[in-house]
Amino acid sequence: MADSHAASALAHQFEDLDQQHDAASLGMWIFLATEVMFFGGLFAGYTIYRNLYLPGFEAGSHMLNVTIGALNTAVLICSSLTMALAVRAAQMGKRNTLVAFLILTIVLGLAFILVKLTFEWRHDYVEGLAPGLNFTKAKSMELFFCFYFLMTGVHALHMVVGVGVLGVLLVQAWKGRFGPDRYNAVETAGLYWHFVDIIWIFLFPLLYLIGGRY
Amino acid sequence: MQGHVVPKKIYFFVFGALLALTALTTAMAYVNLGQWNTVVALIIACCKATLVVLFFMHLRWSPRLMRVVLLSAILWLAILISLTTTDFFSRDWTPIPEGWESSQLRLPPLPGSLLHRR
Amino acid sequence: MATAVENLDTRVHYLNANYGIKSWLLTTDHKRIAILYLASITLFFVVGGIAAVLIRLHLIEPNGAIFEPGTYNKLFSMHGIIMVFFFMIPSIPAVFGNFLVPMMIGARDLAFPKLNLLSWYVFILGGVLTLYAVIGGGVDTGWTFYTPLSTTYVNTNVLSAALGVFVAGFSSILTGLNFVVTIHKMRAPGMTWFRMPLFLWAMYATSLIQILGTPVVAITLVLVAVERLFHVGIFDPAVGGDPILFQHLFWFYSHPAVYIMILPSMGVVSELIACFAKKRIFGYSFVAFSSVAIAVVSFLVWGHHMFVSGQSIYAGIIFSALSFLVAIPSAIKVFNWTATLYKGSISFQAPMLYALGFIGLFTMGGLTGLFLATLAVDTHVHDTYFVVGHFHYIMVGGAVMGYLGAIHFWWPKITGRLYPDGWARLAAAIIFIGFNLTFFPQYMLGYLGMPRRYAIYPPKFQVLNVMSSAGASILAVGYAIPLVYLIWSMRYGPVAGPNPWGAKGLEWETPSPPPTENFEQTPVVTEEAYAYGAKEVEVG
Repeated sequence: MADSHAASALAHQFEDLDQQHDAASLGMWIFLATEVMFFGGLFAGYTIYRNLYLPGFEAGSHMLNVTIGALNTAVLICSSLTMALAVRAAQMGKRNTLVAFLILTIVLGLAFILVKLTFEWRHDYVEGLAPGLNFTKAKSMELFFCFYFLMTGVHALHMVVGVGVLGVLLVQAWKGRFGPDRYNAVETAGLYWHFVDIIWIFLFPLLYLIGGRY
Repeated sequence: MQGHVVPKKIYFFVFGALLALTALTTAMAYVNLGQWNTVVALIIACCKATLVVLFFMHLRWSPRLMRVVLLSAILWLAILISLTTTDFFSRDWTPIPEGWESSQLRLPPLPGSLLHRR
Repeated sequence: MATAVENLDTRVHYLNANYGIKSWLLTTDHKRIAILYLASITLFFVVGGIAAVLIRLHLIEPNGAIFEPGTYNKLFSMHGIIMVFFFMIPSIPAVFGNFLVPMMIGARDLAFPKLNLLSWYVFILGGVLTLYAVIGGGVDTGWTFYTPLSTTYVNTNVLSAALGVFVAGFSSILTGLNFVVTIHKMRAPGMTWFRMPLFLWAMYATSLIQILGTPVVAITLVLVAVERLFHVGIFDPAVGGDPILFQHLFWFYSHPAVYIMILPSMGVVSELIACFAKKRIFGYSFVAFSSVAIAVVSFLVWGHHMFVSGQSIYAGIIFSALSFLVAIPSAIKVFNWTATLYKGSISFQAPMLYALGFIGLFTMGGLTGLFLATLAVDTHVHDTYFVVGHFHYIMVGGAVMGYLGAIHFWWPKITGRLYPDGWARLAAAIIFIGFNLTFFPQYMLGYLGMPRRYAIYPPKFQVLNVMSSAGASILAVGYAIPLVYLIWSMRYGPVAGPNPWGAKGLEWETPSPPPTENFEQTPVVTEEAYAYGAKEVEVG
């Protein structure tokens, strides 16, 4: 029984479960490397323009709400904790715990997106801070807000995809698909989720805390 | 096949550290350190990222190859940013000859920007 | 050991294991996916080739024989976009990498077979979007999408073309990812890194570039799309943006991209030279390391495309010096291939003709690259036909010859059939002659001052242009001939057997065409690569 369960967990191209696990992890780490370069293009543009137009960037940054930003950061950190605990539950074959932590992670992720959409972006739009749509402030701030919306937007898109993936995993976990022999999907999804958290860890100071608030 | 199962205590400890560092970086923004504000913020962000990578992402217990992958990505991003910056930083080192300057072609750097501080 | 005449219909192999269109469109077999790519990129090559033929026909007359300048701009743009992103970049990796990487390391498939199939569908989606841009009126910014032309000043289908390229980029990333994981984790027992065929080192290095570089051009195209859609000013000087930032971000990928296009061909050439000189590649580890060195250093030189763009001259100096550096590993390969030929037992079948053609033409293209890397010279020849000659010598004289050599070398393995070598050699000769007649005059045109991407030119350049166009017609004939005999051979060619060339390598130790799982049992490797003259590899 354990044999057939193990055999069905092993894909035909691999020799054993260890190789399969290593391949899955390496694959996800390489994918994250591509994501580093993907966001990296935005960070590069941001770096150049911040150095060229620091006052405009400072002025723009001061229009963002630090409290909401910090709170959102905390929300993501909590979601990373719940994700790590979910992976742990999958490794130990604890189905109910896994389901619970996946649900928590999804809820926290959705909370982040919700806060972004309603409290931040909608507010920014109302204030006339959306380049291309209704930007009414000084030209020097426009570049800052371009990058603000681009970087948080691409980040949010990644969060949405992450929530979607976790949703799929939730359904599979509910059906009891994961166990000590087959939890690669949960672990690799976890790696992705933590990475998206790390991007935000850098976005928060780079966007919200430019020039200080003293 | 079980990978390394991390004790819950470690996760909670890292979680606490991350929250503390977030509070710290927010608080430091209200302290006047001039140009060092950015440096401090980035250092704290790197610490947080390192904690997430090592413990939440299990890099501490992962094969060396994963570390090479991550470090390569960071190095490559550094190449992109640094070589691009050499261009923008050194633009003004070559003065434009008399008569070639066209005021419409370049937006002059705003007062107070780094280019003026040199 | 198969008998001399094997009945291909009775043995089960990857081509006849399943029938029906669903078994092909839903396959996860790396060999079938390779064939899917082969068919797709051949289609794109024809489309891009038609654009090239139209360009050369138009340029027979100094005032332009056929098209309005606006249309001409669209032609060279579509030629570039389709050839670069939908033919050159996938060509060898997606066809021969997919087919051979698992076989050469003794595995049953790649690490992620379903991801492999997904990457083909993503490629097709990107292709459809780009063809929509063609049919919907074309793009006229050049394949380089320079701002602010692409963001502000044209009203052609920039968005759908950029989207098509963006999507196709993910196909490239996924393929590279698959190869790196496969090569790291799935080598057969005894297959150490330094026993791998050099083709695998080339594929590995190519994959590194695909993984690290492609995402940057992806986000850059997103920025262009955002600027077009929302009229924001990321690259718009009126708002403080800098068009040169676009060029930095674009070329950060696009320069390494040209090494994505050439490295796999270099890997093929190593295989061909070793087999048709019946000799181990001279300086194996130098060739292996040079592949990785090319991949790494290729990321440090992108500014040589921007010497006259307004980039700071100091950055230009740095990039110029680094560009000289990147020529060294390529030169090392050429020296090593040449040394391999010395005292080899050389035969001149079609694959070898392509390999030798590669070495000569790539060297010429590479040397002209040094001209272009020299700041002072580049000031004169930048954006002239000298550049066009340079990169066509490398990409067509180099990479495409390598691709054709690969087709002719592994065709028996892929299809189980042999093609008529006489016709193949004739086609290779016609291609060589047609190629040189097409592109050598372009060096001269550029040196004399004819700019690139111009629909009209001064009459003094007409003779060289006509020569180039004549060469193009010969080249087209040369490319058409293999299409005929290769398709013919699939049905009427003699049965090939496992190893018609007497080559070394795990892929030749299994029947042609291979069974779906590649090997009866996982091979165990006990000897070095290219062990010509040594005893047979033990299997199982």
